[in-house]
Amino acid sequence: MKEKRGIILTGAIIGLISVLLVHLGNPKNMGFCIACFIRDIAGGIGLHSAPIVQYVRPEVIGLVLGAFLVSLVNKEFKAKGGSSPFTRFILGMVVMIGALIFLGCPLRMVLRIAGGDLNAIVGLVGFVVGIYIGILFLNKGFTLKRNYTLSSFEGYLFPLVNLLLFILLIAGFSMLHFSEEGPGSMHAPIWVSLIAGLVVGALAQRTRMCTVGGIRDMIMFKDSYLITGFLAIFLVALIGNIALGYFKLGFAEQPVAHSDGLWNFLGMVIAGWGSVLLGGCPLRQLILAGEGNTDSAVTVMGCLVGAAIAHNFGLASSTAGASPNGKIAAFICLAVVLIISVANSEAFGKEQNLEKAKN
Amino acid sequence: MERIDARGISCPQPVLMAKNAIEKSPEGIDILVDNNTAKNNVSRFLKNQGYKLEYENEGEDILIKARK
Repeated sequence: MKEKRGIILTGAIIGLISVLLVHLGNPKNMGFCIACFIRDIAGGIGLHSAPIVQYVRPEVIGLVLGAFLVSLVNKEFKAKGGSSPFTRFILGMVVMIGALIFLGCPLRMVLRIAGGDLNAIVGLVGFVVGIYIGILFLNKGFTLKRNYTLSSFEGYLFPLVNLLLFILLIAGFSMLHFSEEGPGSMHAPIWVSLIAGLVVGALAQRTRMCTVGGIRDMIMFKDSYLITGFLAIFLVALIGNIALGYFKLGFAEQPVAHSDGLWNFLGMVIAGWGSVLLGGCPLRQLILAGEGNTDSAVTVMGCLVGAAIAHNFGLASSTAGASPNGKIAAFICLAVVLIISVANSEAFGKEQNLEKAKN
Repeated sequence: MERIDARGISCPQPVLMAKNAIEKSPEGIDILVDNNTAKNNVSRFLKNQGYKLEYENEGEDILIKARK
């Protein structure tokens, strides 16, 4: 229990801050949503032109910089990369498209459940199924191979890019796009969002908080460390939502959500499966990127491009439900994750073939 | 003694490697990791399996020695 104190506290603080961010202006059940926020940033820098989801979310910048600063202080910052970067880029895109079909990353899924949104329970079932499929491949020897130490400068670049983006935001750089209505227009004050991100980024770095890791470790090793944090987020956000009157139980008319069950389910199957292959959820990828892991930085770039494509090609769901293009995209994403899973699993003979080719 | 190199590998594969290794050599393993996350995850798993752990630094890497 003693070693879980940190992760429980971190989960509780994330739950609390999430509710407070909604109170201060963020969309409902969206105190944090890594997928939504990266999608908003993609819109903010003009990679897509969906008018209702454009904003440079300081929470994301704060998460990266918080993890970066803490990892420098505790000497865990280490520039590394080279573990199948382009495969990770593609997986980042796929996870993002899955999340935008569901309308939320795994972290927002927990926050949605804590707001009484039962559609997110359907998403959770899909998420667990996706994680389970990913584990089957891990057990068959799936690996994206090891990373290597790189120059520190390579590791500093991602936090630096985030810092520059924040400077553009506070300087009022006129090329940035900002929604005038819809979720993109709803946000807490810039500095509050930044500080919220910094605090959560620092805590998540210390505790390795990961939504995918919680369920994965429970299934694989009966290790309850990370899932305790997941439950703490849920409980505190639930209490906060009830206290502030945001809790509304049901399927219909939930904030920034739809009630197309099948697509909520499949969207999160994709997000869960892809995230297991990546070794962590979108939140964890941001934290790792802050610590100098440039494979995770590449993954986040994949998420950014995935978000742009999701809106440019009409793949993202709306509150009305999944889009026709999004339904086709879901199956393409499942096929892509399956191919990546098989191609990188030792049990499917790829390694033996390589060995034979060498001989 | 079974020695495993888990440097640079994403979560949760270092733990999975440790799990597979103790099935082969239940009396103990040495596992080399290069970051605190892997060190903590592998240590937590091996401790739960009833192993006693010792650590040695190898340059920037950490060798976890697990014995029954």
